[in-house]
Amino acid sequence: MSRESFDRELEDVTRNLFQVTGEVRKNLAASVKYLEKRDMQGAAMIIEADEIVNLRCLEIEVQCLNIIATQQPVATDLRLLFSILQISTEIERIGDYAKGIARISLKIGPGKLIKPLLSISRMEEIAGQMLDDAIRAFTEGDEKAARNIPSRDLQIDILYNQVHRELITFIMEKPSNIEQTMMLDWVAHNIERVGDRVVNICERVIFTVTGIPIDLN
Amino acid sequence: MSKLETEVTRMKAEDYCLFYGNFRALNNISIEIPTNRITAFIGPSGCGKSTLLRSFNRMNDLIPGVTTTGTVYLDGRNVAQEDVVELRKNVGMVFQRPNPFPKSIFDNVAYGPRLHGTRNRSDLAVLVEKSLKRAALWEEVKDDLHKSGMSLSGGQQQRLCIARAIAVEPEVILMDEPASALDPVATLRIEELMNELKKNYTIAIVTHNMQQAGRVSDYTAFLLTDENRAGNLIEFGPTKQIFTTPSDSRTEDYISGRFG
Repeated sequence: MSRESFDRELEDVTRNLFQVTGEVRKNLAASVKYLEKRDMQGAAMIIEADEIVNLRCLEIEVQCLNIIATQQPVATDLRLLFSILQISTEIERIGDYAKGIARISLKIGPGKLIKPLLSISRMEEIAGQMLDDAIRAFTEGDEKAARNIPSRDLQIDILYNQVHRELITFIMEKPSNIEQTMMLDWVAHNIERVGDRVVNICERVIFTVTGIPIDLN
Repeated sequence: MSKLETEVTRMKAEDYCLFYGNFRALNNISIEIPTNRITAFIGPSGCGKSTLLRSFNRMNDLIPGVTTTGTVYLDGRNVAQEDVVELRKNVGMVFQRPNPFPKSIFDNVAYGPRLHGTRNRSDLAVLVEKSLKRAALWEEVKDDLHKSGMSLSGGQQQRLCIARAIAVEPEVILMDEPASALDPVATLRIEELMNELKKNYTIAIVTHNMQQAGRVSDYTAFLLTDENRAGNLIEFGPTKQIFTTPSDSRTEDYISGRFG
């Protein structure tokens, strides 16, 4: 029995997942950067780029279906494909968060922000690094890393609470800030959700390696 | 590894070895076959899975030069000490190629019961109907019971052989690749039938078709030859577990098609 084409298909779909994750990672960082710089064109580009991300994720889904239908994978192969399907959904949602931030950017418009985005940028850095590390843990089957990454989500949550409180004081000081403040709160919320999605990816890494479904949230 | 906590054991092999002359074909096999379950034996060609299956009703006794050590039990009784005719009544067998006798459908099914002393025509008729119904063949042949068993299609012939096996009310049915000579539709019917049969019988099946083992069996045993070409039981457990998270890397490699 030859596994050559089977192995090639598995490598192919894993590589595609890795690539689309890279794109989403880039879009997420750019969405915050364009918000900071008030770059309307950049924000519009992110919205467009997310269409491609969605298509890539659908392609991965079809690839997984084809492999399951034609190769009847079992054991590690089956767990791997199952996880790729789940992870691609998480990636697609993270892409949506980046697009959401870009949309908010457009809504706020080119005017000056009420506050610098220091904490929000920091949140994005942590979430992005977590995503990088989680997908690397997946491709390397690194269970230990997958178990360690979720603890960083706590830092994001702490920053989010900080941002949230800060924005409330902005509203109290100057009620006319309310619209932009709420939108910035929504940006922070989106990034906070990215952290949760990355934790889900870590769960999938552990499942792929051990076969045990696990809830880390 | 071979002990199942939640099941009632029907048959059991304990430290079982089988030799062809000096050649050790089965090495220290210990396994329990649970009641009213389907247990599949899988492994590459020559791993001893058919030999192990045949040990459960002493079919290997017929081969010259075969010796064994260890014990095979049926309901706690050592099968080596049982009357072999009685044993094979209790532990029936269905083979790879359907092998109906060149007799009528009725006589094929009535053959075993007659051999074991049922002579009354109406008793036999009741038994034949019941067996054919259990083998999911009755509706197709009820008007043609006098026709030759050989006139049926391959899939029907195999179900006739299953009816013949269950006509003597066995406890266990051994199946040696029962569907490998059948087309996919006939195969599916046999698989569905096995699921029905396990309500009343204990089934052990040898199959080359891993997907079939996955579909039909409750438990899977994986056998593999060692460096001396003796068959060893590598892993035994619930089929779902074997096919999702096997604990031995050799099982993983085999079921994932990395060798074999």
